[in-house]
Amino acid sequence: MLTMARLRVRLTFPPALIQEPIVYRLVKDFDIVINIRRADVKADHGWIALELEGDERALERGVKWLKDKGVQVDPIERDVIVP
Amino acid sequence: MEKLNGLRCRECGRHYQAAPLHVCEFCFGPLEVDYRYDALKGVVTRESIAAGPPSMWRYKELLPIDGDVAVGHHVGFTPLIRAQNLADELGCREIWVKNDSVCHPTWSFKDRVVAVAVTKAREFGFDTVACASTGNLANSVAAHAAEGRLKSYIFIPADLEQGKVLATLVYNPTLVAVHGTYDEVNRLCSEIADKYRWAFVNVNFRPYYSEGSKSYGFEIVEQLGWRTPGHIIVPCAGGSLITKIWKAIKELKTLGLIDGGLGTKMHAAQALGCGPIVTMIKNDTDVLVPVRPNTIAKSLAIGNPADGYYAYKVAKESGGSGEHATDEEIVEGMLLLARTEGIFTETAGGVTVAAAKKLIERGVIPRDESIVICITGNGLKTPDSLQDRLDAHVKIKPSLSAFDRALADLKSQTS
Ligand SMILES: Cc1ncc(COP(=O)(O)O)c(C=O)c1O
Ligand SMILES: [Zn+2]
Repeated sequence: MLTMARLRVRLTFPPALIQEPIVYRLVKDFDIVINIRRADVKADHGWIALELEGDERALERGVKWLKDKGVQVDPIERDVIVP
Repeated sequence: MEKLNGLRCRECGRHYQAAPLHVCEFCFGPLEVDYRYDALKGVVTRESIAAGPPSMWRYKELLPIDGDVAVGHHVGFTPLIRAQNLADELGCREIWVKNDSVCHPTWSFKDRVVAVAVTKAREFGFDTVACASTGNLANSVAAHAAEGRLKSYIFIPADLEQGKVLATLVYNPTLVAVHGTYDEVNRLCSEIADKYRWAFVNVNFRPYYSEGSKSYGFEIVEQLGWRTPGHIIVPCAGGSLITKIWKAIKELKTLGLIDGGLGTKMHAAQALGCGPIVTMIKNDTDVLVPVRPNTIAKSLAIGNPADGYYAYKVAKESGGSGEHATDEEIVEGMLLLARTEGIFTETAGGVTVAAAKKLIERGVIPRDESIVICITGNGLKTPDSLQDRLDAHVKIKPSLSAFDRALADLKSQTS
């Protein structure tokens, strides 16, 4: 059974990944709907604030794939745990 | 008097009604409280402030509170100390220490932000407050919730040392220890804040919560006799405090409460092992590169600070700078402040003192200008950082002759 879920995240890309079609693969390979809200991608670094929507398990797999690739995946608030 | 316009997106400028909201629905930018300064001008005066209580609430009209103060009636209005011994040691004319290591009731500046968040939570009719924290914030939320008779949930990573937990547990919150990596715990807390109708102080209440830090800046200016200092050195974690001190100075200017220009350069202080904001300032780039914290300054260990970009902008706009401190320099900073001024601050204060010293030595801060060093937490909370760094100088048998000999030895060593 499909359980739809939404996730608001901020992706941070290290220099090596800037050129790669990461978001495209996320949409195509994991069947995730994305909605980009704000981004700043420069030659050597970049981040994207976006909403992910899809089957809960697909989202989890997508997030894991991103992390394995070296993309930092944070909630939109970034550090929620405060010292 | 209607002083609030609700909330406003810092990125796209969209307006929202005052509500427990923190991100803009359209651009995911952070929301900020929007005041009607035109209505406040002439109403908030030096005299009206001086007639208020000796606490942060003397600035209540400039805080996002509509009704009565619910908790933390004695927070703030901490001493601003003329630190002449420290100034002499660093070869400077005028150094002041703003001492929130004695902030009531939990000994850090976090009481300012939490008192506003919890009061606002009551205004919005919430019966539960929450936070995810390993230290100062947890202490403060649990204490203020107890005072306000609200339920509180405090989330911590399960591997947190027992010593750190006690100063929170004593207030009887529901403490939830989460097993998992930092990232997993962090994401879970974001999801909990989204799902439950709780006042998660630094998430859905963040726009209100962070405004509390302005009081630290208001007090500096008032305690200097409505004068702005040449330099303020601020310890940064999420980057909110430095941003709000700057906002406070600008508000006082807008309201006509300070003469002359803004005149203050804002300097960020961070540990070398977790210094993404200072790195931005040093490299003069608005790109924040997140880091994995590795420093003894646990209270400043935020690797991906939400307000990092704004903190960088404040340093730049004010003509200030930033400086890192190594773990060694942090401990030396703590010891220097204790030895010269009799103030025992935690590692965050060590970072600030160390950064100030380096900026002065590098000539970034001129020795003849007025300097305020922000001390934001108490050393008694984290004595472990000084473990093995200090020992008793003289050990003797219980006889007068033993003491006479030891004293003679000491005198010959120091002469
Ligand atoms: C003692 C102390 N000083 C300074 C800070 C930095 O504040 P901010 O996160 O607003 O930059 C913190 C908190 O995170 C803290 O606990
Ligand atoms: Zn917006």
